[in-house]
Amino acid sequence: MTSLTPAKDILPPPTERSTVLGWMKKNLFGSIGDTILTFVAGGLLLWLIFAIVNWILTKAQWAAVTDNLQLYMKGQYPASEDWRLWLLMFLLALIVGMAWGIFLKRAEAVGWVLLIIPVVLAVWLITLHRESWWRFLVVDILAMLGYFLGKRYPKKLARPTYILLLLYMPLVILVVRGFGENGFMKLVGTNLWGGLLLSLLLAVFGIVFSFPIGVLLALGRQSKMPALKTLSVIYIELIRGVPLITLLFMGQLMLPFFLPAGITIDRVIRAVVAIIMFAAAYMAENVRGGLQSIPKGQYEAADVIGLSGWQKMVFIILPQALRAVIPVLVGQFIGLFKDTSLVALVGLLDLLGIARGILANPSYIGRQLEVFAFIAMIYWVFSYGMSYASGRLETTLGVGER
Amino acid sequence: MSRKLLVLFLVLLLAVMALAACGGAKETAAPTEAAAVTSAPTATEATAAQPTEKPAMQEGEGMLATVKARGKIICGVNQAVPGFGFLQSDGSFAGFDIDFCKALAAAVFGDATKVEYRPLNAKQRFTALQAGEIDVLIRNTTWTLTRDTELGANFAPTTFYDGQGITVRKDSGIKTLQDLQGASICVSSGTTTELNLADQMAANGIEYTPVVFETADETTGAYLDGRCDAYTTDKSGLVARMSMFPHPEEHMIMDVTLSKEPLGPVVRQGDDQWFDIVKWMVFATFQAEESGVTSQNVDDMKNADDPNVRKLLGTEGDMGAKLGLDNDWAYNIIKQVGNYAEIYNRNLGPDTVFNLARGMNSSYVDGGLLYSPPFR
Amino acid sequence: MTFKKSDHGAVPFWRDERYLQIIAQVVVVAALLVLGYWLVHNLLTGLEALGTPLSFKFLGLTSQFDIGESMIEYSRNSTYTQALLVGLLNTIKVSFLGIVFATIFGIIVGIARLSKNWLVNKLATIYVETLRNIPLLVFLIFLSTSVFHKLPRVKDALSAWGWAFLTNRGIYIVWPQPSGGWDVYKWFLLGSFIIGFIVAAIKFREGRRTGRMPLYWLWGFVVFALLAAVSWFIAQFMAGQPMYLDFPSLQGRNFKGGKSLTPEFMAIFTGLVIYTSAFIAEVVRAGIQSVSKGQREAATAVGLSGFQTMRLVIFPQAMRVIIPPMTSQYLNLTKNSSLAIAVGYPDLFAVGSTIINQAGRAVEIILVTMGVYLTFSLLTALFMNWYNKHTQLVER
Repeated sequence: MTSLTPAKDILPPPTERSTVLGWMKKNLFGSIGDTILTFVAGGLLLWLIFAIVNWILTKAQWAAVTDNLQLYMKGQYPASEDWRLWLLMFLLALIVGMAWGIFLKRAEAVGWVLLIIPVVLAVWLITLHRESWWRFLVVDILAMLGYFLGKRYPKKLARPTYILLLLYMPLVILVVRGFGENGFMKLVGTNLWGGLLLSLLLAVFGIVFSFPIGVLLALGRQSKMPALKTLSVIYIELIRGVPLITLLFMGQLMLPFFLPAGITIDRVIRAVVAIIMFAAAYMAENVRGGLQSIPKGQYEAADVIGLSGWQKMVFIILPQALRAVIPVLVGQFIGLFKDTSLVALVGLLDLLGIARGILANPSYIGRQLEVFAFIAMIYWVFSYGMSYASGRLETTLGVGER
Repeated sequence: MSRKLLVLFLVLLLAVMALAACGGAKETAAPTEAAAVTSAPTATEATAAQPTEKPAMQEGEGMLATVKARGKIICGVNQAVPGFGFLQSDGSFAGFDIDFCKALAAAVFGDATKVEYRPLNAKQRFTALQAGEIDVLIRNTTWTLTRDTELGANFAPTTFYDGQGITVRKDSGIKTLQDLQGASICVSSGTTTELNLADQMAANGIEYTPVVFETADETTGAYLDGRCDAYTTDKSGLVARMSMFPHPEEHMIMDVTLSKEPLGPVVRQGDDQWFDIVKWMVFATFQAEESGVTSQNVDDMKNADDPNVRKLLGTEGDMGAKLGLDNDWAYNIIKQVGNYAEIYNRNLGPDTVFNLARGMNSSYVDGGLLYSPPFR
Repeated sequence: MTFKKSDHGAVPFWRDERYLQIIAQVVVVAALLVLGYWLVHNLLTGLEALGTPLSFKFLGLTSQFDIGESMIEYSRNSTYTQALLVGLLNTIKVSFLGIVFATIFGIIVGIARLSKNWLVNKLATIYVETLRNIPLLVFLIFLSTSVFHKLPRVKDALSAWGWAFLTNRGIYIVWPQPSGGWDVYKWFLLGSFIIGFIVAAIKFREGRRTGRMPLYWLWGFVVFALLAAVSWFIAQFMAGQPMYLDFPSLQGRNFKGGKSLTPEFMAIFTGLVIYTSAFIAEVVRAGIQSVSKGQREAATAVGLSGFQTMRLVIFPQAMRVIIPPMTSQYLNLTKNSSLAIAVGYPDLFAVGSTIINQAGRAVEIILVTMGVYLTFSLLTALFMNWYNKHTQLVER
């Protein structure tokens, strides 16, 4: 009798029920200290939200932003050549769509966000009475087209997509710059590049050109040849030891002296040279990390099958090392994109430079908060977007691991 | 597969590099005059990366021929001084200085739109001029002995007589320089203003705190926010800025002048014909105002009886040919850009936010300093 | 890679890797030397042609400009060298303070990111993700124009019971100033410090010996504080009050007295601290996460409190992972302080830039500035390497 209690009298084992209150108790009010923290943090958050919303609704005047969208985006890039920029954007949409379709297979939340942003931008442009609004919808359509194509023919399209992804950055430089004197794709001088376009281009230039230099430097630093090793180490440590701004000033004020009288270099190119010099040193360190991650067995195996030092590097070690550093390179690209804002201090009209120029216009004096909030948001969206996307791709594809 | 990709990538990379290198560094003729520099280091910089353009300077040829062959004038300008030179929302430039660039294009090509503007900051302007990146510098530049001699520059007639002044709040009670004892003063770096201020304050034994910013916009912003008791720059700049203050009536310009600042176009030394053209382009605008020729009546005035006007507008004589230009060069200036008064009023006059009094910048007949040598 | 000379027939030298390596190095070094000579030659002749040959003599000339804030005596009649020194000291000041405060904030935010409290966790995440993804320069200009210049004017200064004032001319804090008895008191103070230090050392040794580590630093501090307080009265008796509190007050147009921090300094300082702390937070988080879970569980099992677990178990182990990236963050902060030019704070680079404008000696000034930053980097790297080795040894 004592051992056989009816089942209905026994309390059931406590189940982990996820009620709102339970969740709050666990995650917000676990202890007294926790509760205090929650109130302090909550108060801070509420105050912040209130301050920002209040400012946007009552004080902010966005004319300095909406009137000058063209300037922010592309500086003085001629309107007749706008189609080239849009073409690049369409291509990017297609490539990203295809990559998504091929590698990710599922339309995830991020994908929806990426699709919604152009629609929002299009609607925004309509409210501003801009004629180019429909182009954002084309971006969406192409992205979706790419997605379905990628999903349909993953095998066939995998390699072209991969190639396009790799070639995209060099292609951007070619298309934006153009060639020939007149007519189709005529040359657009660097003095007309500006705004976000210039910021992105500087970062693209920096990454693309610093890549081979960085690889050479990394190999030099790993090399057993003392002279090469010392030179590489000196270069890398020298550059990493000084601020980018001094390199930019050097590019603007000293570089011309290093060339014989008569040879001259464009102002933007001088900034680009400084950025490449800077990026190469950091690139070298990243690639070195990749080289170090290659297990010793790979070196030994290459030696065993009789490859020479160079063959070993080019065919065995480098391909693996570079694959391993791709995620780091994305990080470096983002860092470089943010660092390009420094060219505003040497008088170039990048996104920050053009913002300062706009603030000098009599109509927009005193609108610093709006303008800086706007460009900070642009920088943020690009940097965060890129790091998020690369993070997602890494986990899904297992890039960097094997 | 990945090896092929790598090869392809490297090939394309090399192609891009080669292309950029071809355009990036273009050999131009060695500068003939290597001028001594003190206030700005020379950087040899030119219009490279744009093979379509001829470099601004070529050996054996005059500037005029070079400019004509190129089909446009490259004008070094300011992008951030309201009223004088600033960037508009559509990406074009406007202002008092900009109009003189246009006038020069009108004189040379008969078309005021054939100008390419190169925005330059205070540090870069002389470098760009010396290196031949620009044909003419019209960027509120003060004429000083050092600049005229050591920088290898030639100063065209002053288009705007200015002087360094100080703006203070009316309610601050500051009246004289002595009242600025212990004050904070906002000033832009890289200018003669910074040095003039230090000189004047040291001469008068006044202790003050300079608050130095890179751009004029930051400097006024800081003054308006109350960061400084006073703000100093050229008086024209003060007036221009003050007119855009939220409450201009609360500020005043002190009755002291720290320096003389004659502002005008600058060209490189070594080409007298080009220097003459720029000089007489300015004089033409003076003379037109003096003779009452405006963009409205210039067509009628062409047949005026006054021989001075007839010579100016090319109805009589061959003044244009003497400069190496078309005979209706001055007509084009006045027709397309206007006389001095029109340029002044359009950018700084009563109908603008600045409403800047002409003062010294009136024709000598009105008691000002603008005086054109005779067109004969 | 060691090649033994083969017995059957020598390898021709053009196939012998040893020779090839030597030849390759000689070629590269020679090419670089030629290139370097060519570049430097161009530079020297170019400067010569401009009439400003490379020389540092101009550094002895009168600077002719004033500098807003300086830790040493400086006026327009001082030399360019003195101007650069003013800038250098300002750079050191902002970097040092920046590093200290960024570390403190970074650790707090890093721990907050791992907090179990959902709200705190998310708030820290937002903080980090926002700051890491906008350029420092934009943030600095934003801080300067939209925060510190928008503080109340001098007339309507925000006052904290008269002890501190917040205005857009600067922040003024009450500060101790030496007075009559200071000359005597400073020796007392030094003595108290030494005694406090000795007590701490003794307690530390005792802890080592017995295995029960007392709060040796607290012991040292209490002893020091007590002695300092007692000797205060002695000094007052001997030579008058050693120090007095200097309260800031509105005199004329500006506040006088106390310690003043200019808005320019505050902008670059807070900008660097907030920005770098976001990066340090990530470093700290990664370090803490690198300590295996078992360690935490074991610490809880032996009855350590949360704070004790952090201080005694997690942190010492995390330090090994944290130090190398932390070093590079410190170096970044020092290098980033060169952006002070954008907010008007006269650091080394800003002063150098002014000299470039006014004296036209770009090459010399750039060389000097780069040299100084390189020295900073090398010194910091050396110190952190030493510290790193130190902790690695302790950990064994």
